[in-house]
Amino acid sequence: MSVKLGVPSKGRLMEKTFDWFGQHGIVLGRAGSEREYAGKVDGIDGVELIMLSAGEIPRELAAGRIHLGVTGTDLVREKLAGWDQRVEELAELGFGHADLILAVPQAWVDVDLLDDLDAVASAFRAAHGFRLRIATKYHRLVRDYLRDHGVADYQLVDSQGATEGTVKNETAEAIADITSTGETLRANHLKILGEEPILRSQATLFRSRRAEMSAEDRQVLALLLDRLGLD
Amino acid sequence: MPLWQGHSPETRAEVKTCAARLRAGFEAAGAAPVECPILLPADTLLDLYGEDIRARAYVTSDALRGEQMMRPDFTVPVVEMHMNGGAEPARYTYSGEVFRRQEEDESRANEYLQVGVEVFDGSDPAAADAEVFALVRAATEGLNLRAATGDIGILLAAVAGLETSATRKAALMRHIWRPRRFKALLDRFSGRTPVPPSRLALLSADNPLDAAGPQIGLRGRAEVEARIAALKADADTAPLSDKQVGLIDAILEVRETLPYALTRLRDIAIDMPAISPAVEGVAARAAALDARGVDIEALDFEAAYGRTHMEYYDGFVFGLYAGSRPDLPPVATGGRYDALTRILGQRAGRPDGIPAVGAVVRPGLVVELEAEA
Repeated sequence: MSVKLGVPSKGRLMEKTFDWFGQHGIVLGRAGSEREYAGKVDGIDGVELIMLSAGEIPRELAAGRIHLGVTGTDLVREKLAGWDQRVEELAELGFGHADLILAVPQAWVDVDLLDDLDAVASAFRAAHGFRLRIATKYHRLVRDYLRDHGVADYQLVDSQGATEGTVKNETAEAIADITSTGETLRANHLKILGEEPILRSQATLFRSRRAEMSAEDRQVLALLLDRLGLD
Repeated sequence: MPLWQGHSPETRAEVKTCAARLRAGFEAAGAAPVECPILLPADTLLDLYGEDIRARAYVTSDALRGEQMMRPDFTVPVVEMHMNGGAEPARYTYSGEVFRRQEEDESRANEYLQVGVEVFDGSDPAAADAEVFALVRAATEGLNLRAATGDIGILLAAVAGLETSATRKAALMRHIWRPRRFKALLDRFSGRTPVPPSRLALLSADNPLDAAGPQIGLRGRAEVEARIAALKADADTAPLSDKQVGLIDAILEVRETLPYALTRLRDIAIDMPAISPAVEGVAARAAALDARGVDIEALDFEAAYGRTHMEYYDGFVFGLYAGSRPDLPPVATGGRYDALTRILGQRAGRPDGIPAVGAVVRPGLVVELEAEA
């Protein structure tokens, strides 16, 4: 047995994760070539590195197939119902910052707050005969948020990419998406609602509450957390 | 552990027997048994309940019929079936599985049996309300259930009677079943919360559309202009008086046994005569319940009851709860849903709807409670 650590398998998220662990003397890296998704760990024994798509890490943590995992808060909360019963947040890693926000066309000068969006949704449905469409891939988070805030007469339409383009293409009237700088939004003539973000997300180290551990694994985990300054 | 799923064949047989007994009881009281499909076209339910229904019901699809929902309850299909040829008065009963998506609490069942009765009879609404309540009360006799009752019609009448613009009343009506937004609107309309700076800036701008940039999307410039005009008109509307807001608050706070609640509501009606017909409706129902042998002296009445979890119930609402098992959902719920039939009736050529009241019982919970007794 060993303590299985799942980390994103490519891109800046992977590099920054390697850096973060490296700063604590735990050297993570790929086992073979650039293209191989096997990992190696130096600086501590008994830890196995599993390279995964960031989007799959929540599911693997929830299923207990990995003990620890690095992924975005947004993905954990979107994909895991009752997330805090399945995983524990151990540390926010200080990178991969992104906010889940609602954005509408800049041309909607009459819309700034959720109040406005709700009123516009009602008028839009009366005028167009269907509910105002919000394009997103974060269905659960957005629906829960809008329900909690009592917004009605909208529908979520699925958009797995290029979400900012859906309004111009007239497949949606508004969007809910992750943004870090807002540049893509502005380039697509969209503006963020003047409310707090639906969620502030960043790369976070999670621990599975369900993964089985041997006594030896527990010792390794305790040592690892100690090295990471998290005990 | 929810009954039905993961239970022994014996327990399942018991629940089925209980369901059959409940349905037979409703049949004996004059209801015709009906069956409904399990897969329902999703668009009807989405039109009614909006996106929230996706959090509560299972959605599936095929390339031919598009999105389908697994029956979250029987009310909508029974009303549709009745509108396609039934004549009033009519009484129906049914028994079958309903499916509820659970995202918060794994201990809650996502599949269970429901047995229900629906009464479409406008001749005497108070009597029909009392009939359904008494039927369900009798069907669960011996379980020592606590009854909670209310009447959404009081709040609807109060909003209709507010001294303010039709636009503001319509906005409040739209959010009757969403207390948080309702309260936010009330605070806004009464001036309790200040006008947000972005709204003030918009209203004071000479040419607010200068900031618009390119026009994209389906919502056109005319729609933006129309809303700005509406906001300007609203800004000129006098705030709702503290007295009126206080009366709404007073209504929402009514929580007494039925006779005391009636006294309290009649007091409020002196200052708000618009609610008088609805209050006298409560009185007529109390008399009808009394005539059916219900102990109204001990019956709880809450004006705000059923507001959050029973959308489109627009009159009498009730739930029966196991006092000994606060962890359980209500064993039975019901109410009057004339508003729902008006919306469904728009498609069926019956925009006036049908006076409708109904209730459901969960035989799985009945068996669970009987086993404890």
